[in-house]
Amino acid sequence: MTDHTLSSPQPKQTRRLPQINPVYFILAALIVAIILNNPNFVEPSGYMNFLKRAAPLAILAAGQVYVIVSGGFDLSVGSLITLVVVGSSMLSNNDPSSTWWVICVMLGIGLGVGLVNGLVVCFLKVPSLIATLGMMITLNGIAFMWSGGAPRGYLPESFRYFGRFNIRDVPLIQMLPVAVIVMAVVGFALYWLMHRTNLGRMIHAVGDNPRAAQLAGVPINRVRVSAFVISSLSAVIAGILLGGFGGVSTDVGTGYELQAITAAVLGGAQLLGGRGSVPAAIAGALTLTAIFTLLNFLGLPQPVRQVVQGLILIAAVALAMYRRKRTGQ
Amino acid sequence: MSDATAGSVRAPAMRVRFERWAPALLLLAAVTMYVVACLATGQTQYLNWNNFLAVIGRSIALGITAIGQTFVILVASIDLSVASLISAVAVLASVVMNGDPAMIVPAIGASLILGAIVGLINGLIVTRLDVNPLIATLGMSLVIQGCLSAFVSNFAGAVPTQFQFFAYGNVFGLPFAILFFFALALIAFFVLRFTRFGSNIYAVGGNQDAARFAGISTEKVIIAAHVICSLCATVAGLYLASRLRSGAPWIGANGVYDLESIAVVVIGGTVLAGGRGGIWGTVAGVMIFSLIDSIFNVLGVDAFVKQVLRGIIIVAAVAFYAVRTRRIVA
Repeated sequence: MTDHTLSSPQPKQTRRLPQINPVYFILAALIVAIILNNPNFVEPSGYMNFLKRAAPLAILAAGQVYVIVSGGFDLSVGSLITLVVVGSSMLSNNDPSSTWWVICVMLGIGLGVGLVNGLVVCFLKVPSLIATLGMMITLNGIAFMWSGGAPRGYLPESFRYFGRFNIRDVPLIQMLPVAVIVMAVVGFALYWLMHRTNLGRMIHAVGDNPRAAQLAGVPINRVRVSAFVISSLSAVIAGILLGGFGGVSTDVGTGYELQAITAAVLGGAQLLGGRGSVPAAIAGALTLTAIFTLLNFLGLPQPVRQVVQGLILIAAVALAMYRRKRTGQ
Repeated sequence: MSDATAGSVRAPAMRVRFERWAPALLLLAAVTMYVVACLATGQTQYLNWNNFLAVIGRSIALGITAIGQTFVILVASIDLSVASLISAVAVLASVVMNGDPAMIVPAIGASLILGAIVGLINGLIVTRLDVNPLIATLGMSLVIQGCLSAFVSNFAGAVPTQFQFFAYGNVFGLPFAILFFFALALIAFFVLRFTRFGSNIYAVGGNQDAARFAGISTEKVIIAAHVICSLCATVAGLYLASRLRSGAPWIGANGVYDLESIAVVVIGGTVLAGGRGGIWGTVAGVMIFSLIDSIFNVLGVDAFVKQVLRGIIIVAAVAFYAVRTRRIVA
């Protein structure tokens, strides 16, 4: 670091360029590509539906960033989404007035799941990969048990409001889905918590070097448990939105844990901790959704989607590592 | 650290010994629980040699995959692509054979080449591009699964009866698959314990920088570990094709071989951070897994409750050793 300050101002100029996270450029390019393919996308109904579809993943990715930055993984979010959707339909039992307390119960379950994840990782010293994998298997089993293996039907309309409803006749944009409002509010709250508070700084410190953070007086166990709790709560919110999108089934959440990690990594979060940003993770989630949308417009089948997702995942991390090596950070 | 050498020399020695015997203790506990469950429910007909073989035979595919997974985890890497590779190999082998005994050797050859290529690419992405192994192999898994489902959507091809010997044949009154599994475990044990490559694996997993400074070409070791892991997954795929008499693009994902093989390796005492563990722990882990299933079957546990308990047991088994570590785990 010292010889950087001593040398001529030239390295400063070259280092200013990578300041903007490349995920934003990729997202912009993808959106241009979508517009070229489908001019309707510039209409409010086009981009608002896009944002609505991306909202659950964006919220999930914003929560996942907390765990990734603190140095772990959370594989249990997908099954938690399933549990939220299945559990809500069992609890509400088609009674529209139950929505509020059901949501409170679900947030309570999320809090409990996050606490267990965090405590198992911190105090039983089980690596988070295994701890949350065990939680994933357990929660899937509970969802099956609760529904008797055959969940059915839809959630009551008042519950589906969050995922489904569009506020009409809004000036300038005509329609505003409630899911997008939820995404904006949760996204901003998580951004503020991560990048403007002490908790966020401590999460970064713990993920970067847990021993150093501990010696510096960071209550590492409390910080890491908070990260898992935040991730689980974001999964509950994503589950509530997804419950509004479609019917009740036991595979609503399948695959979301890996998509959330992919989105966070696209946003430049560093696996094993110490680096990551909430807005970039949300941009990563939008990028992933944009890629899927684009592939849909191009009429490519599901298998191609998988291949593209895999290649993009590897390319994004390889590029990030290359940049990091080149800038010497 | 300094006062540990001065005061209690015995304590660390005890801990190492505990870690070495923990898989055996867990296995013993599982066997005891199985016997008790059988006796308590009066199902003593399950307590015989044939049933014992059946219990082991149930998880041969998982066992073979886990032996390969042990190598990558020992070098502090991980492989999530094994499940889709298993599917791909099973389909490739059964399509190439297509019921013709003459095509058995070409099919096995093609499968092994596919496995070696996948392992090589995994290893190159991890070492040359510095991509986190979790992401690299997850991406690889998506690519393989996508390519596979683009071509096949159901059971494809057929396996000739001669090839079904792999899964159903008997040698000296013992199932061939079980003998094969233990032979593979024995070979893996010798490689890890008595060859230079084996000690290089432990060195690289323990501390990659130190290993590099000691003159070990760490990249080659990591790539070789990935190739071995993929080849083991290939063999597991061939076994499943032989057992199911045909290959389908979902058999790997349905068996959750990626995450379960990792869980088995970790239950067997191999540390995810690399450098510590061994093959016999993994073998014990595999047997613990199939014993747990058998215990549930004997007790007649509901399928969903079984899944819930399974998740809890995985975490509890890992916590059994991990709780003693002083380091801060990720």
